[in-house]
Amino acid sequence: MLEVRDLDVSFGRARRRFKAVDGVSLTVGPDETLGLVGESGSGKTTVARVVVGLVKPDSGDVLFDGKPLGPVGRRPASLQRAVQMVFQDPRSSLNPRMTVSAVIDEAWRTHPESAPTGDRTAGLHQLLDDVGLDATVARHRAGELSGGQCQRVSIARALAVKPRLLVCDEAVSALDVSVQSQILRLLVDLQQRHHLSMLFISHDLGVVHQIADRIAVMRRGVLVEEGVATDVLSDPQHEYTRSLLDAALELTKES
Amino acid sequence: MTASITASAVRPAVVRRRTAARRWLSRIPYAVLAIYAAVAVAGPLLVDYNPIQTDLANRLLKPGAHLSSGGTAWLGTDGLGRDIFAQLVYGARTSVLIGVSTVVVSAVVGTAIGVTAGYFRGWLDTVLSRGIDILLAFPAILLAIVIAGSFERSVVVVVGALSATAWISFARVTRGTALSVRERAWVDAARVLGVKRRFILIRHVLPFTAGPVVALATLEFALVVLAEAGLSFLGIGLPPSAVSWGQTIANGKQYLATAWWISGLPGLALSLLIVSIGILGDQLTARFGRGQLR
Repeated sequence: MLEVRDLDVSFGRARRRFKAVDGVSLTVGPDETLGLVGESGSGKTTVARVVVGLVKPDSGDVLFDGKPLGPVGRRPASLQRAVQMVFQDPRSSLNPRMTVSAVIDEAWRTHPESAPTGDRTAGLHQLLDDVGLDATVARHRAGELSGGQCQRVSIARALAVKPRLLVCDEAVSALDVSVQSQILRLLVDLQQRHHLSMLFISHDLGVVHQIADRIAVMRRGVLVEEGVATDVLSDPQHEYTRSLLDAALELTKES
Repeated sequence: MTASITASAVRPAVVRRRTAARRWLSRIPYAVLAIYAAVAVAGPLLVDYNPIQTDLANRLLKPGAHLSSGGTAWLGTDGLGRDIFAQLVYGARTSVLIGVSTVVVSAVVGTAIGVTAGYFRGWLDTVLSRGIDILLAFPAILLAIVIAGSFERSVVVVVGALSATAWISFARVTRGTALSVRERAWVDAARVLGVKRRFILIRHVLPFTAGPVVALATLEFALVVLAEAGLSFLGIGLPPSAVSWGQTIANGKQYLATAWWISGLPGLALSLLIVSIGILGDQLTARFGRGQLR
């Protein structure tokens, strides 16, 4: 469904130019979750931003159902809403001055074809209920919510336009552990109910392990390993993956 | 830290009295400005004054002197026998009117330009920013003099001449805010959602410039009132039929040694207004000016 081919992205100019992503290719099938892991600076967030159209690649193709995904704003409306993103920082991913109902309403006004037919208030309450939020939250400004609540609203905003691919860029990294597992469970649940594909980006193998069907490992802009999640985690082929696994295991042992 | 805790524990009454006094003092500028606003709005309805009508029999009277018509010139009269108190009242209206309209015009223009430059960046930002740099290299009052001097004297020309440089600070401040707000994830989220650029600007960027703009508006207001008085003092500001503190001060400059009240009292009124606005502006800057997002 999503196909990324030979993606090259670099930042900076002339001599200070460096390659953030170097020849990365990956695919995400229907109803599948691809976990993209790697240390910070490995280029995984850049891949995510290219997929949603926020960053323009130097070369390479990003195809959705075989059709090219251009930069944000140039995409046809149906493709624009087909790919949505959940950001890392729950607080800044919502405009703190807007109420939750205004946030969702903006999504529906932008893509009226995805808005509920009939009563939008009922639709809003249904949507909030889907992400495990109380209907009373709708009246609150985003600035008054907790981190976990903000992330649920972000997910609701993405789901409001009925996307087919959800890109989660470190979507649970900024949350504390108990909230983290709640949000992860929510994502798994929503994915099954709404038939979503997911590109799930995280530096944390433990988190990816809980949600991914397949795992791709990036290091310094290059894809070093890719495979079915259980295989990659039980029998890593690349030494970098092995060191990542060891680091994750050590942390588990300590805690 | 410990010291201040002990001190407040030992002398809570003193501290409380001091904070109460400070709170009371911080309200003085509001009171002063309220008086000016009231005088500007209601004063001309209560006080009768015609700048063209002269009364040479009562020229250069001291404050509190009796007029030949039987009234009292509470703040004296000028070289043409015109009442200073009435000039202050009418001048307050002129100053507030010019100050408010110039600040509104330059805030709207400056914010529009600054937010656009900061949000879109690229060549548009480069052109606008370099344009601002060139304007900044030119003394503001000189530009105002050139513009005001090359047209017939009127309120619109004065507002235009003063706005010609006043918008720059608004543009610079809002450009900076827009530059930082555009990096926030909620702007990215709106872009991914496909929200139109003008709605992103209006809904997700513009509201966050409000605090700094309000704080800056007060400071600009003071500068504009001062600049208007300066232009009128130079004789290129408002037409002679309008009453302005600058003109009154200019009228009194040949009598400074003998009749201080002609220039002195409008000067005092002007200073008090500027100082009050300055203090108010500092308070607003401390509260909103740092680009706090909430």
